[in-house]
Amino acid sequence: MRIFAVALLAGAFAVPAAAGEKPVQLKEAPGLAKVETNCGGCHSLDYVVMNSPFPTAVQWDTVVTKMIKAFGAPIEETDAKTIADYLKKNYGS
Amino acid sequence: MSGPQFEVHKLPHAHHEVANNGQALSRRRFLAGTGAAAAAASGTIGLRLAHAEAVGLNLPRELAEGTRAAAVLDALPGKKPLIKLSYRPPNYETPIEYFRTAITPNDAFFVRYHTSDIPEADAETWTVAVGGEGANGQTEFTLDDLRRMPAVEVVAVNQCSGNRRGLFQPHVPGVEWGYGAMGCARWKGARLKDVLDKVGVNKEAIEIVFDGADSPVLAKTPDFIKSIPVWKAMEDSTLIAYEMNGQPLPHFNGFPARIIVPGWTGTYWVKHVTSIKAVTKPETGFWMNPAYRIPVGKFPLVTRFTSQETAVNTPITEIMVNSLITSHVEGAGVRAGLPITIGGIAWDAGYGISTVDLSTDAGKTWQPAKLGDDLGRFAFRTFAHSLTPISKGKLIVMARAANKIGQTQTSELILNPAGYHHNVIQSLALNVA
Repeated sequence: MRIFAVALLAGAFAVPAAAGEKPVQLKEAPGLAKVETNCGGCHSLDYVVMNSPFPTAVQWDTVVTKMIKAFGAPIEETDAKTIADYLKKNYGS
Repeated sequence: MSGPQFEVHKLPHAHHEVANNGQALSRRRFLAGTGAAAAAASGTIGLRLAHAEAVGLNLPRELAEGTRAAAVLDALPGKKPLIKLSYRPPNYETPIEYFRTAITPNDAFFVRYHTSDIPEADAETWTVAVGGEGANGQTEFTLDDLRRMPAVEVVAVNQCSGNRRGLFQPHVPGVEWGYGAMGCARWKGARLKDVLDKVGVNKEAIEIVFDGADSPVLAKTPDFIKSIPVWKAMEDSTLIAYEMNGQPLPHFNGFPARIIVPGWTGTYWVKHVTSIKAVTKPETGFWMNPAYRIPVGKFPLVTRFTSQETAVNTPITEIMVNSLITSHVEGAGVRAGLPITIGGIAWDAGYGISTVDLSTDAGKTWQPAKLGDDLGRFAFRTFAHSLTPISKGKLIVMARAANKIGQTQTSELILNPAGYHHNVIQSLALNVA
């Protein structure tokens, strides 16, 4: 089901993927689906792994806010909270 | 990979035929659904890490645990396997073995993008529009137009502002680069000044603004647009380059033409350039402010970008004096009693490297290294120094470069919010047996 949702969103954005882009599997935990659908359209999810586990809760909030406010990611407020919570819990300090 | 003689480490890149021309590459646009589906079916990050380390990632020990997990050797089309930090947008750094010579091979040159839509340019139909309200006219230049203008060559270091960000303590979010977000090439192209003179830049112009063909996925994401002061654009060494080390630019390094701003960090070296505008007001896009800013007064800078300065910060500009030991990787084994040559590269913003000193006693005493050929003031300068390890155990080798205006590398990290300008004196550990 999650795969289907990701594919739908990817289609909507007409995402340009890099040739040979390898799959990046983030930790299975509550909120992962929201991360994959909302973040993976614009950038590969290795950005999350690469930036871990050092960000504080405040830093992850700042990152999510930056993606919405500065980069225009169309993320609902409740989803933004789910995503930030997932990142803090699984990839935070 | 590691050994006593600096000179013996020739890289095997001569064996590979590489498609430098972007047109030779296959189209790489397809729906990411494929990748996402595969992602859900895979959990092999750890395995791939193990494999990559076996073939020599040599990641700096300071990198965060997650950075080490994300970093794998991976080859983009037309490129050697480089250290992949992110697939999309592609951010790949050069392994340090390629820095044993002053010129970085095109197929090993680092790749850095801010946005994910990177169309392949057609050299036949490509044009760059030159104009803007600060210009007297507007003209489009084809690649042939640029080639018909006086050609200039400059050997220059292109270094990402955030090179070595991953070494910051505390860590700073961003692309967590190790040592390899840089390279040095012989760039050939037309002077930007000559191109601007064709349209005429008027007295009201304060900045020259560049845009490239790459763009974001979402319309609301800021396009990567950069500006430099008019005075910098008019310098003889600032080019629109169409050749890199005697070849067309690789697709991932800006084919068919990119801006070259020797002395300044890579953020201004706009790839796939399609628009050059003279403007009478400061460029206000995200990538000029708040991005790519450093605090005022923290770094030794000579030149200024006054139209963009605020009370608290200023755009990053000049590259800090720096060096890197490349003859040996961290933890390399050497033999007690046998002479070894410690070698590497040093560079700065174009004032010229004056000395590189080495220390094996934690900085108490320093010995001058011998400098290699001078390929120009903006180029990597190789250095080498022979020494004989006496005692078995760990030997820490430090390298410290200085330039001709008296700047030296710092011994203490200069903290700044975005993690720029890391030029801390390197301490490389060798294992003496």
